[in-house]
Amino acid sequence: MRSVMSANAVSCTIKSPVALQIGDAVSDSSRPGVYITDITLAEPVNIQEISFKNYYTAYLTVRLQRREDGSAKWVTCLRNYCLMSNPHAEDGSHDYFSIYRHQMLTEPDNVTTVRLILRQPSSEWLNFSIEEINIHPCAKEDSERDVPAWISTLTPVEEPLDLNGLPDPETVSSSIQQMWALTEIMQASQTAASIGRFDVEGSYDVKLLSYT
Amino acid sequence: MLDESAELSVSITQIVQRLKGTHLHSQLEKQAKECLHKPEIKLETLKDDVRRLLKASGWERKLQNAVYRELHILPPPRHPRAPPEHTKEPLAYMRKAQVNWEKRILKSLNSMCTELGIPLARKRPVPEQNELTNKWNEMGTDEPDLSKFRPVYAPKDFLEVLVGLKNPNNERSEDLTVRSHWGLIQVSLNVRDIPQTREMYPELGLTYGQLGIDDHTHVPPDLFESEHIHIGKKVVSEHDSAAAQQYSRQGCPTGLRAQLWSLILNTTDDPEAITHYEQLKARVIHHDLLVDNLIYKDVKLTASNDDYYFVFEDYLYQVLLCFSRDTAVLEHFNYNCATPPKSCIQSKSGSEQCAVVYPPNGVIPFHGFSMYVAPLCFLYNEPSKLYSVFREMYIRYFFRLHSVSSHPSGIVSLCLQFERLLQTHLPQLFYHLREIGAQPLRIAFKWIVRAFSGYLSTDQLLLLWDRILGYDSLEIVAVLAAAVFAFRAENLMEVTSLASAEAVLADLSTLKVMPLLQIFLFATSV
Repeated sequence: MRSVMSANAVSCTIKSPVALQIGDAVSDSSRPGVYITDITLAEPVNIQEISFKNYYTAYLTVRLQRREDGSAKWVTCLRNYCLMSNPHAEDGSHDYFSIYRHQMLTEPDNVTTVRLILRQPSSEWLNFSIEEINIHPCAKEDSERDVPAWISTLTPVEEPLDLNGLPDPETVSSSIQQMWALTEIMQASQTAASIGRFDVEGSYDVKLLSYT
Repeated sequence: MLDESAELSVSITQIVQRLKGTHLHSQLEKQAKECLHKPEIKLETLKDDVRRLLKASGWERKLQNAVYRELHILPPPRHPRAPPEHTKEPLAYMRKAQVNWEKRILKSLNSMCTELGIPLARKRPVPEQNELTNKWNEMGTDEPDLSKFRPVYAPKDFLEVLVGLKNPNNERSEDLTVRSHWGLIQVSLNVRDIPQTREMYPELGLTYGQLGIDDHTHVPPDLFESEHIHIGKKVVSEHDSAAAQQYSRQGCPTGLRAQLWSLILNTTDDPEAITHYEQLKARVIHHDLLVDNLIYKDVKLTASNDDYYFVFEDYLYQVLLCFSRDTAVLEHFNYNCATPPKSCIQSKSGSEQCAVVYPPNGVIPFHGFSMYVAPLCFLYNEPSKLYSVFREMYIRYFFRLHSVSSHPSGIVSLCLQFERLLQTHLPQLFYHLREIGAQPLRIAFKWIVRAFSGYLSTDQLLLLWDRILGYDSLEIVAVLAAAVFAFRAENLMEVTSLASAEAVLADLSTLKVMPLLQIFLFATSV
């Protein structure tokens, strides 16, 4: 349910995709079938979820550069994840996807760079890419977050919150997230109950249809 | 994507929300309360006892059927970041094409309204209301002057829209290359070929009995027919929607078809349904819509001219006029990427402009629309029952035949599937027809848009629609279209023009649908 809130995506720099091609990229008439996109993160992150919108990419491989004991190591966390079940057909070509931590081959902790390897073997499509990439970190309970300078000048809270019989904020907030998502769904759907009126106070003198 | 258990709880919440406040909900509550008076109920095991009693009295089955029906029309699972229009139709260029097509229809309707000087909707004066009430059962005897009205669009106009669909991320040349589509549809949707269709329709195979084949007069009924009818009676008495749907894959016996379809679609004989229909009838009496004239014209042009359906003319008016005023149909826009036409009207107090949907059900009928209702008249003679069944069939299946979408049962996929099946299995025929300027889809499109209504003889059509309901998909229509071409392939190879190709395929009334489908799917070497 955390993926519902996109506000907690970390800021990252997404480099422009580099095509892997045999031969001269400029003069060769065939289109590349592989693109590599690097995403650098401002600081090491424990990734909970990577979400994105597909645009005609068939297979996705994700590699992570992790900072371990002072050195940086590359690992593959997702290999040839299928986004389009048939690379020649439209199915999945525009879909939204999320890759979660539990789907990854290795723990995506202390990640400094994410490398996305996009493959589209079909010659049907002119271009392919991945858009609206968001990387969501794990929720940190005890570590301090970087706060903007103006917040730290506010009066700090001196003593811990006195709950006074109120429920623990953590459990409340996680159940509220669940309920919020459910109420969103309920609001979006309509009840099948009553026969709705189509007129306005008994009159239905329609003159012209609107184009918007 | 959310993981499976999260998706399941979302679906459950959606279904519960939809069933809350329905007539079934209040009936269940009433039944549960009445159970409390029964001596078998014990306070310690109250919940289980009530559940057991509801199950025994058949109410659990009714709830199951209602849930099953909701599953049919549940929108697909959404990614949290995906906007609603993306869930209805992920491909942006198709959404754009649908919007442009709708604009054209609105313009056409507006200009007709302005030219003729007739309002799109008005309240009927009381004498006119009384006259209509008296004439309700014989509206066909009316001969209004409909010469000024023309259908808003015909299937061939819609075909041009589909032919013009182009994916901007795809380049297509006019020449016949290895990569080109030979047919008219130029988009690459995932459609099933014969091996995959065989997997989807196993009960049509050669080892299964079928109504439409094994009920032929020279086949002894003991081999299949008697047993099948016996099972059918059991299914009807069990009132089980899912069982009825599975059963109808092998065809519905004529005597049981009305009840079976009603079960599959979960339309009930409740007083609620009859009241709903009477309310719609009252709306027809009170307000006159321009769309009504389009319906009259369509019925006069199509069903009234048809040998099989002209007797049902009055029923068709009674159903279609009410259909236009049924706001419950607006629900299907939750999963249909089309948008209902809107207009602004002044509220009586004159203070504000209110947006209303026109017509109230959001569906503008086109030429041939009444043919969706006509075959159902053979099954149901109660107008409210006929109406409920038609409305459910429309919001589950027929709406897909006239809106632009990438859904597997949508018209674009059906057309592409037809062309691909033909190109793969009868390449010589396809090439020949292409060369003489007779693109096969130009001939088959009208069959597909109407799901063959008005082209096949009625008993054959109903056998086809049995399978549409049984497999919950319109793909069988595309397969049948290809099978018809395969059947008449020899004659078609000899024609030299579009007109003569159309002549070869003009009369389908002698065709037997199930043998054609079986041969094409299971007796063709792939």
